Amino acid sequence: MMATSAVDMTRQQRWRLSTFLDANFQYWALAPILIFLAVLTLYPVGQLLRMSVSDLAFVKGKLEWTYVGLDHFQTLRNDPVVPDALKNTLLFVVVVVCVEAVLGLLLAILVSRARRFAWFYRSVYMIPLLIPPIAIGTIWRLMYDYNYGIINQILFELGLTGPLWTANPDLALVSVMIVDVWHWTSFLFLIMLAGVESLPYELSEAARVDGANEVQVYRHIFFPLLRPTIIVALMLRTILAFKVFDQIFLLTGGGPGTSSEVISLYIYKVYFVQTRLGYGALLALLTAVIMSVFVVFYQWLNNYVNRQR
Amino acid sequence: MKKPGTWLLHGVLMLFALIILAPVVYTFLTSLKLFRDIISGSWAFDPTWRNYEQLFMSNRNSFVDLTRNSLVVGGLTLAVVIAVAALGAYSLSRFKWRRAISGLVMAWLLFVNMLPPIIFVGPFYLIARTLDIYDTPLAIVMAHSILNLPLAFWMLHSFFADVPVELEEAAAIDGCSRLQTFLRIVLPIARPGIAATAVLVFVFSWKEFLFALTLSSTPAAMTIPVGIAGFAQEYNIRYGEMAAAAFFATIPALILVFIAQKHIVKGMTLGALKG
Repeated sequence: MMATSAVDMTRQQRWRLSTFLDANFQYWALAPILIFLAVLTLYPVGQLLRMSVSDLAFVKGKLEWTYVGLDHFQTLRNDPVVPDALKNTLLFVVVVVCVEAVLGLLLAILVSRARRFAWFYRSVYMIPLLIPPIAIGTIWRLMYDYNYGIINQILFELGLTGPLWTANPDLALVSVMIVDVWHWTSFLFLIMLAGVESLPYELSEAARVDGANEVQVYRHIFFPLLRPTIIVALMLRTILAFKVFDQIFLLTGGGPGTSSEVISLYIYKVYFVQTRLGYGALLALLTAVIMSVFVVFYQWLNNYVNRQR
Repeated sequence: MKKPGTWLLHGVLMLFALIILAPVVYTFLTSLKLFRDIISGSWAFDPTWRNYEQLFMSNRNSFVDLTRNSLVVGGLTLAVVIAVAALGAYSLSRFKWRRAISGLVMAWLLFVNMLPPIIFVGPFYLIARTLDIYDTPLAIVMAHSILNLPLAFWMLHSFFADVPVELEEAAAIDGCSRLQTFLRIVLPIARPGIAATAVLVFVFSWKEFLFALTLSSTPAAMTIPVGIAGFAQEYNIRYGEMAAAAFFATIPALILVFIAQKHIVKGMTLGALKG
């Protein structure tokens, strides 16, 4: 008797629970992603705040916090590397984004006009985006090698003496820029291609009938139509270019001196080479604030452009 | 189309294709050379698999361990990311949400995708040390999961949006609960899209370096990129093995480009322009 009623109870409860779960499916389905975001982004940002006003040390494997207030700001003001790293990062971003945008747009226009082999070009141009950046760095390190690399070998056959590339303070940053252009032009190519392929060709046909030549069609019809795509793509790539780390880590390590030091690499060094977790956190926090402004601006720009369309 | 113009067009496009392929081919050729052939500077050489044997068979390198770690990290990451992103994406794409909530989730993911990952390195290092998972694949899976969540979410969101609502309504009339509808109707229909997302997440995890570097210290957890970077820091550069390792790490990219081109374009550009 008792047993039966217990079974009934659980059955009833289970039924109720399942109806409850089913009615609220949309809420608990969204819960995991919210929990992930909270635990792995909000909590870390909180930690970053706390770290940036502390000194941290592992004592016998246990983490010890010491509150130091705004000491790390003082360190920041006297740190000669930060201005160098900022300058290099900005220079790097501006140069690579401009070069990649021009090449990406050019390739997109050309591929959209190629009737045959378009799939082949598309596939090949996509490859650099999928190769591990560390492998890309290694590939270029082999090619840049002063003694045995293919670049200097070709220069030698042409009767020239190749430079030191990554070990030369004047060329180190240029060397990593070349690698970045090789790596990321594809990204802008893909975005631009999507834009180019959605252009209304009837319009250009009409213009041609009216006597416009190819250059005029691009200048007066296509570029105005592509402008929103280009602006959004540029902004997006600019933000992503600030992430640069892997290839510089591998090719130059930020050197010689600070000639190719960038902000991500410097923060890594402060954390793990100089083991100053607190100061590194302050630098990371400032980076987060600056980049957040960029992201908000990008979001606004993207919405604005989408509304205009 | 006029003939000369077409030739010029393909000439330029081929030149760019060559610029992209040449370094990869050069690395592959270098990986087949003995050291004496690398330093001799001549173009002719006897190909050999010695460098690959060194990578996987000798005690000097631990590439068997590193490959295992990369596979484990990539596999676990894609399982976690797909499960979490699929539920969330389905909920947001099919049910009514207040704009504030859906907008918040979308914007949040955008931030995760766009902010430089170096921001999270310090806190993740502390979390890993505190939870005692530092130098285990689990720590790297944690980092890769959050990094890949936005991409997976956006891709799956667009795939679920393509599933016809009528099918789900029919399933509901037939007595399916919402979870059953999701598992038995929506997921199977979206399977190609989910597979593409999973492959892309795996490749991104396979590629990732910064977190793999900072959350591991021994071959127990180190992934392939960390191992490759190790070569670069040695005093005597082992060119052949470096080339072999770099080419080995590139193989998934080469396979993927030819099997899932369309989906990669989607994954790459979706986050870009929808936001």
